[in-house]
Amino acid sequence: MWSILANPHRFMGFSKIAIPITIGLGLILSAWSLYQGLWVVPPVPAQGGDIARAMFIHVPSAWLCMGLYVGLAGASFVWFIWRHELADVAARAIAPIGAGYTALCFATGAIWGEPTWGKAWRNVILYDSRLMSVLVLLFLFIGYMALRAALDTRQKAARAGAILAMVGLINVPIIKFSVDLWKESTIHQPSSVIRFGEAAAENVGIHPVFLVPLMIGFFGQLLFVSGLIMLLMRAEIFGQQADAILARRLSEA
Amino acid sequence: MSNPAPLFSAFRQALSEAWASGAGLLLPIGFFSGTAMLVPFTLGDEAETLAKIGPGVLWLALALASLVTLERVFQADLQDGALDLWVQEEASISLIALTKTLAHWLISGAPLILMAPILGRLLGVPFEDMVPAMAAYGIGGFTFFLWGGVAAALAAGVARAGLLIALIAIPFFVPAIIFGTLSLTEGFDGASILFLSAACLFALGVAPAAMGAALRLAAE
Repeated sequence: MWSILANPHRFMGFSKIAIPITIGLGLILSAWSLYQGLWVVPPVPAQGGDIARAMFIHVPSAWLCMGLYVGLAGASFVWFIWRHELADVAARAIAPIGAGYTALCFATGAIWGEPTWGKAWRNVILYDSRLMSVLVLLFLFIGYMALRAALDTRQKAARAGAILAMVGLINVPIIKFSVDLWKESTIHQPSSVIRFGEAAAENVGIHPVFLVPLMIGFFGQLLFVSGLIMLLMRAEIFGQQADAILARRLSEA
Repeated sequence: MSNPAPLFSAFRQALSEAWASGAGLLLPIGFFSGTAMLVPFTLGDEAETLAKIGPGVLWLALALASLVTLERVFQADLQDGALDLWVQEEASISLIALTKTLAHWLISGAPLILMAPILGRLLGVPFEDMVPAMAAYGIGGFTFFLWGGVAAALAAGVARAGLLIALIAIPFFVPAIIFGTLSLTEGFDGASILFLSAACLFALGVAPAAMGAALRLAAE
């Protein structure tokens, strides 16, 4: 199904319709989720009271920043093997959005952690291995963007970026493992939405009152991000077309 | 790979280049010692504190010193045309890159291990702690050079790439830094030294392929 969109003309046609729908719907769903999260759902004293409402931004951004890095590496892989130009355009568009969501996840995590875990915020970063992993992920995104920006031709930037993104992705599990080993006892709560095996039996899952706005918020953010990626891709394609037109005019003149 | 001759020549060339310029050998040692020397000034001269944080400080200095010479590793080959010849050779460019990294580590990395006990003494770290620490510095240092080599190969075509290489390489240093520092407290008995070796072997498996791909790109 996706290979149909590998054709830039079809992609332009599709995205022209899809962008307003995904961004609009995504914004509406995110806004509803935030409204529910910030005003409607009851505060939970065990989770730090009102500060736990940060969950409605923190959790979707945590899922999205990891998903976006996988997406970046996936797009890089497709470009590296099949040389679909659109895959590189996608990788280039994903990087800044992914970096933004990683920073958002890190910032909300630190803000949420400060009063809840009862430590100064800079200690929170050092006390929690999950936040530390997110910080490393942010540096992977920044390194990727810096490398692309430093290389002079688009082709070189695409190839070097693809190599770096793929090498980065296979390193992510090892980095995660090492950071977990460094701080064996994380004070971050265990996963309460996606649970498997023993964990599912042991810890009580998240209550539907929170889960429904959270999942709708995540879905809304996902739609918004995919719309944003397509928007950046369109801008990039228009930029390339403008370059081509300019070059043709200059050669004719 | 049928012909090992390019590997030997790449190895010899890397060694002689470092000797000829002189700074290739002295720069990391000077940087490593200088960084360690600054520590008592910044953190005070209390013997207990320094002995406690000394091995960790040396890890940080080692990681930073590994970054110092990375910029020139592949850039010189790109500029003098050696890289173009390697791409045309029958020998695998990944193996050539690995050979270069090994030679680079022997020149710029291995002397740092020999310096470590002296600097450790300066910071008041007991000698008996330094033996397992030196083994960890060796394994960890080679891991730094492998990932740093990937970053250097990716940025081979970029002028003044030093900071860019550091920015790209630092996230990849995280596992080796963590396993290495943990192994200091555990010595040879704990699992961390094994994890450190595993991280090094993983880098040994992945980094040459990535360096080869990046160098082929740089040669175009």
